[in-house]
Amino acid sequence: MNDYKPVIGLEIHIELRTKSKMFCRCPAFYFKKEPNTHVCPVCLGLPGALPVPNQKAIEWTILIGKALNCQINRFSRFDRKHYFYPDLPKGYQISQYDHPIARQGKLEIINPKSQIKKIIRIRRVHLEEDTGKLIHSKNATLIDFNRCGVPLVEIVTEPDFDNSDDVKVFLEELQVIIRYLGVSDADMEKGTMRMEPNISIISQKLKVKSQKLNKILPNYKVEVKNINSFRFVKQAIDYEIKRQVGILKAGKTPTQETRGFDAEKQITYPQRTKEEAADYRYFPEPDIPPLVFTQEYLDSLHLPELPSKKINRYIFDLGIRFEDAFILTRDKKMAEYFEKICQKLKVKSQKLQLKIENLTQIVANFIVNKKISTDLSVDEFINKVIEKLKPKEVDEKLLIKAIDEVLKNNKKAVEDYKKGKINAIMFLVGQVMKEMNGKAEAKMVREEIERKINR
Amino acid sequence: MIFGKSILSIFKLIKKKEVSGKEVGDYFLKRIEKYNSKINAYLTVNDDYKTGRIYKSDKNRIKLPIAVKDNFCTKGIRTTASSRVLQDFIPPYESTVTKRLIDAGFFILGKTNMDAWAHGSSTETSDFGATKNPWNLSRSAGGSSGGSAAAVSSYLAPVAIGSETAGSIRQPSAWSGVIGLKPTYGRVSRYGLIAMGSSLDCPGPITLTTEDAAFILKIIAGNDKFDATTVKNDVPDYNLSLKKKNKFVIGVTDEYLNGVNQEIQNSFDVLIKLLKKLGHKIKKIKLLSPKYSISVYTIIQRAEVSSNLSRFDGIRYGNDRTYFGSEAKRRIMLGTYVLSYGYYDAYYKKAQKVRTLIIEDFKKVFKEVDMILAPTTPVTALKLGEFEKYPFFGEMMDVLNEPAAIAGLCAINFPFGLAKRDKLPIGLQLMGRWFEEENILNLTYQIEKETDFLGVIKKGISNYPD
Repeated sequence: MNDYKPVIGLEIHIELRTKSKMFCRCPAFYFKKEPNTHVCPVCLGLPGALPVPNQKAIEWTILIGKALNCQINRFSRFDRKHYFYPDLPKGYQISQYDHPIARQGKLEIINPKSQIKKIIRIRRVHLEEDTGKLIHSKNATLIDFNRCGVPLVEIVTEPDFDNSDDVKVFLEELQVIIRYLGVSDADMEKGTMRMEPNISIISQKLKVKSQKLNKILPNYKVEVKNINSFRFVKQAIDYEIKRQVGILKAGKTPTQETRGFDAEKQITYPQRTKEEAADYRYFPEPDIPPLVFTQEYLDSLHLPELPSKKINRYIFDLGIRFEDAFILTRDKKMAEYFEKICQKLKVKSQKLQLKIENLTQIVANFIVNKKISTDLSVDEFINKVIEKLKPKEVDEKLLIKAIDEVLKNNKKAVEDYKKGKINAIMFLVGQVMKEMNGKAEAKMVREEIERKINR
Repeated sequence: MIFGKSILSIFKLIKKKEVSGKEVGDYFLKRIEKYNSKINAYLTVNDDYKTGRIYKSDKNRIKLPIAVKDNFCTKGIRTTASSRVLQDFIPPYESTVTKRLIDAGFFILGKTNMDAWAHGSSTETSDFGATKNPWNLSRSAGGSSGGSAAAVSSYLAPVAIGSETAGSIRQPSAWSGVIGLKPTYGRVSRYGLIAMGSSLDCPGPITLTTEDAAFILKIIAGNDKFDATTVKNDVPDYNLSLKKKNKFVIGVTDEYLNGVNQEIQNSFDVLIKLLKKLGHKIKKIKLLSPKYSISVYTIIQRAEVSSNLSRFDGIRYGNDRTYFGSEAKRRIMLGTYVLSYGYYDAYYKKAQKVRTLIIEDFKKVFKEVDMILAPTTPVTALKLGEFEKYPFFGEMMDVLNEPAAIAGLCAINFPFGLAKRDKLPIGLQLMGRWFEEENILNLTYQIEKETDFLGVIKKGISNYPD
């Protein structure tokens, strides 16, 4: 296996949640709608109908490009991509070919377990339209055009992955970013986020011979389609790596093809062979003038604080552990909730003269470990925090009684402690806390026990 | 009372209540019934007009009749683009051009014949038979807007809408002896116009008078939120500016006279003398040979055709791809070829570069002159049947039209005399700067006032008495 290195690139489609479709005014929301109700001459591709691009979709694609640290092209345009399929009513898809909105980006990913950082290069980000949906029944295939013309962003990475874990981390990070931007719900199961990995294997022996170590790519690739969860992405890739290495070990080259993924059997299966690249006969879409962006316009589109920046801020400004910062930033709403609590609590704690070190880490801990419900409002949450942090008023008589009781009933532990088994004291403290229903401070309980035993 | 009247004159009669809208409509329907079978200008006559149904809901509304080429989608009225692929297609929506006309008080008399998908210059590629030239029924009315031009020149409609990709308004107008205006690309919305060459297509009026052309252009021109290629420029009041006695610098070039029939050249010379007399300045200019435009046009148009027709994939619209005629098939194949991997750079991309050169060439010339005068066609109307001999017939007939189409200029054809040999109309054209329709209309109007186009239009109509 060490002789074989996987080379994996991704093609990801994100459906934008704009109000209207990419090139007409039909509502873009189609999930569970009556078939063919969100249609018009434009998205049905009727003779004479013309596309008019959705400004918001263009803006959002630029934002995605910026979030992926891409170069935004000042000149961009749409092209027609021709192929025949019943769900494509014009016989071509309006897409982008040699002048995509954004290109040459990169995204840093951090494996949350190993905390190892990697940079994945982004080849391009472009805007296109989604197709209709075919519904196969016994005797007929029906077409629903509600989805036809919904704005779709395609993100293509360089083949920078060599394992399925990184792919999963990348996709999760991308999903979080897309949701931060608020441009799509990026839901794999609903199909608003779709991805196709391209997988091939390079023999390390071959690589060593080559001068340009990193530039050599295998002479074939396998694309896997129909994957609708991050878990399946990992399964599909792992299966493909095993399958292709097997073929290579047998001295053969895997076939260049498109394969489907069977989630039940957790295997991929051949769909169609792509001997040569399909000829889509791309040419510039004459119905839409080229997009020319001024620098002022591009500068006016601002990104929100993205999760990676937030993580850094949480760690360095708020003193939070990476693990907690990572979890807190997975959901923008959660991060904002956390930040609001920290802000308000800072003010309140001064008033209450709570002298607690690293208050933010404590709040983070409460959220991450679900010690306080995040369903509460910010103020309710804060009240709970204060309650938890306030020094406990202890009924001393009850405490002394409880300690005496515990010491009497756990003579063996007391003996052990006396013999030098330090751990035994923790057991005793635990017993006392239990008796007190937690209404005591562990530190104080321990001191009291030690005092009594040593007396 | 109505016979031979321009649409503006009819409009005045209706406003003065000398005739009703219904009388006007009935009048033209009667004429269509009488003559259409001979000429084959109309493919579809609007039933609503026939039954008078349109007046039931809205009695007072002025209804001005207009004929519309059959490649404009008209809601509820069959639209075929003269192809059997769409022989039963009834659009569920209205094109912007027809919508603006209807909103302005027009009513669509019927849909006119054309070359199938506008592929051709004679209407002979129509799946529903060719349109005959009203001047001589053995001749072609030209194309592709042949039905619209013939309808106006035989007065089966006082005015018509055509569309031009390269010559399809001007050439049939020249051969049928009427006025045909091709506006600047982007001046008039293409929404609902069944696309031929998307980067070239322009809707425009075919009329009996310059004033009518100005009147119709004012209605149909202007930015359209449904067509991203329309410009936001204001639409001037073309009729108002007609009356100004402007003096122009008019360019002429030998490049546009090569191979042009002598009688047409004579008409051209007569007009130049007249223009000088009227105080205009004639200036010799140099332009790229129109032959380059033919190559560029052929590649770009075929490429766009192959793409635009791919939506007729046999799944929708009833009839499958075997219903395409041979001209459409030829164009689909050639267009597919020039866009194919490995050929794109050699053909399509190169053609686009030359297109830019042609545009630059015109820009340079338009610094020196206000407009260019040239013949519209090298010959007068050809006999029906002559076209089949030449697969690139359209390009040859449209050689003088293609440069302006490629560059997206505005241009207007007007009749200027009859050829002695065949007694057929001669057409000359003015090509103007982008979005300066006002100028070419103004000069055409001056010529009309001075010469009445040498009586051609009136003579044409007089062949078809009530």
